[in-house]
Amino acid sequence: MTNRADGRTPRGGASTRSLAHSPGRRSFLRLAAVGAGGAALPTLAGAGEAGPPAEYPWSQSLGAGVVDKPYGQPAAQEAGVIRRNVPWLTAGTESSISFSPIQDLKGILTPNGLFFERYHAGRADVDAEQHRLMVHGLVERPLLLSMSDIVRYPSVSRIHFIECPANGGMEWRAAQLNSLQFTHGMISCAEWTGVPLATLLAEVGVKPEGKWVMFEGADGAHMNRSLPLSKCLDDCLIAYGQNGEALRPEQGYPLRLVVPGWEGNVSVKWLRRIKIGDQPWYTREETSKYTDLMPDGKSRGFTWSIDAKSVITFPCPEKPLGKPGLYEVRGLAWTGNGKVKRVDVSFDGGVNWQAATLHEPVLSKALTRFSLPWQWDGKPALLESRVIDETGYVQPTIADLRKIRGVNSVYHNNSIQTWQVKPDGSVFDVQTA
Amino acid sequence: MAACSMSRPLEALLAVGALLALAGPALAGDKPLYGYGTRPTQAQIDAWNIDVRGQDGLGLPAGKGSVDQGSEVFAEKCAACHGTFGEGVDRWPKLAGGEGTLKADRPEPTVGSYWPFAATLYDYIGRAMPFPNPRSLAPDEVYALTAYILNLNNLVPGDFVADKDSLPKVGMPNHDNFTWEDPRPDTRAEPCMSNCRDPKAVTITSTAEGKTLTPRTTGPLDDMQPK
Repeated sequence: MTNRADGRTPRGGASTRSLAHSPGRRSFLRLAAVGAGGAALPTLAGAGEAGPPAEYPWSQSLGAGVVDKPYGQPAAQEAGVIRRNVPWLTAGTESSISFSPIQDLKGILTPNGLFFERYHAGRADVDAEQHRLMVHGLVERPLLLSMSDIVRYPSVSRIHFIECPANGGMEWRAAQLNSLQFTHGMISCAEWTGVPLATLLAEVGVKPEGKWVMFEGADGAHMNRSLPLSKCLDDCLIAYGQNGEALRPEQGYPLRLVVPGWEGNVSVKWLRRIKIGDQPWYTREETSKYTDLMPDGKSRGFTWSIDAKSVITFPCPEKPLGKPGLYEVRGLAWTGNGKVKRVDVSFDGGVNWQAATLHEPVLSKALTRFSLPWQWDGKPALLESRVIDETGYVQPTIADLRKIRGVNSVYHNNSIQTWQVKPDGSVFDVQTA
Repeated sequence: MAACSMSRPLEALLAVGALLALAGPALAGDKPLYGYGTRPTQAQIDAWNIDVRGQDGLGLPAGKGSVDQGSEVFAEKCAACHGTFGEGVDRWPKLAGGEGTLKADRPEPTVGSYWPFAATLYDYIGRAMPFPNPRSLAPDEVYALTAYILNLNNLVPGDFVADKDSLPKVGMPNHDNFTWEDPRPDTRAEPCMSNCRDPKAVTITSTAEGKTLTPRTTGPLDDMQPK
């Protein structure tokens, strides 16, 4: 009885004997020794497919007790579901981006450990005790707040996506990355808890000439952006909570701005200063970067809003089809304009479309799930999804976007994604004409 | 700041009242509703009040720096990543050159070819550079680096000295090529449902299949180094 993987005494040990001596049992022990890297479930050698009549060690033993893992972790088999980066994209990892594994995610909320990262000078590991938020400039009463001050204000919780405007930026010229994680993973969605920015602005008393607000981080980049006062008073949050717990350091612990529906970089992380002014600041991150270069050499600045976008998350390059048969095609849609109104799916590269089912909840400026049953006949197919938002805006094709914006604008590629399905069920990132 | 100490005329007060009636509790009242926190001292405000406004240099501090001084600081603290003449090392940002490339197939946006405002350069160096040691430069060093980088881009002469008066006056060649009003939505499509395209015209123009650009999406992180 001491030959169990965990060394514990089994309950009702008689039936474990044959299993303990089977080759499968030994392979399980090997897998257990390998630890979190093991990706396959143990199977009984010679027993064919998993399931009955096999009995498994986890069914015939006492499991680990409470607080075995005081902060829970995903199952060992999920070890490959992680944020990933594209090493050739940036000079280093400190001013860089990682991508959420949206091909493996199940709902509209991104687990906090899988929320995409974007840093301009690395992750700041802030001591919340010493962190302060200063609000000043064109205000009646400048204010200095500790975190214990901030959590006293009336709080709200709201579910919103945050998307980097460079999501899809590598696909302007051509299909390049054969992966949903890398074509669309610069987006995540969370429930944010914090103080409406309007509450804080009322507290300091914005002077009549105050029209713009600058937000600045406590990171090494002192990342800063200017936002119009109207948006600040509308729906912005000073957030300290993310999916029910404190913000993760990667998302700005202990305090960040959340600007619903606008490009992610304006939701300044590690927020330490808010300054009210009468004009925008034209910071480096709103002139040299996060401006959109057009084919005529002109550039668009202050293109904050995220246009409506959708993508099929199953099937996708990472999640191919198996044999022909009935499948549920699944995907995500979102828009910075408010709510998703409709998503259509095409199996023939945009010749014919069918309306998909939207899954509740359909929330404003949040990820929305859609699905559609599909009887796949095993023939080649070109899968696309197209979202229409509550303003009537229709997600464009990449060809339509290129006609206006060329191929060098980097940001705000919200085009329809085409997945090529081959007869063997494999899936590839393609673009069509 | 001058604007903070400005006395408000009666008209402005009345305007605030009108705004308040529309916006509810969002704007100024006479008193704070909650009163949490403290009022920062002027010294506390000054210590963190680092921003410099791009279009007019509002917030530029006292001090000055020349192109020659900047060249020395740059060689010591910047050239490892940006190259001695701002040409950029590896994938680190190129700071100079690229004039006339913005309409090209491969544009080279740099301080000289792209940035609309010179004072933004002071602000960015002062808040974020050097990359591993931000906020370590004295104002004179930031001015000097600003002068040097502008000179690398042929935007100021070799005897230029940057300070709070001279820097905002430096003209930037690409200034007029920015628009600050978002023209989107700039596409318009009808959500056609059937026979929307000629099926024969649907051709694949590019595929990611076979390209070696995609890191693996299973197992450990991919550093994309040759195995």
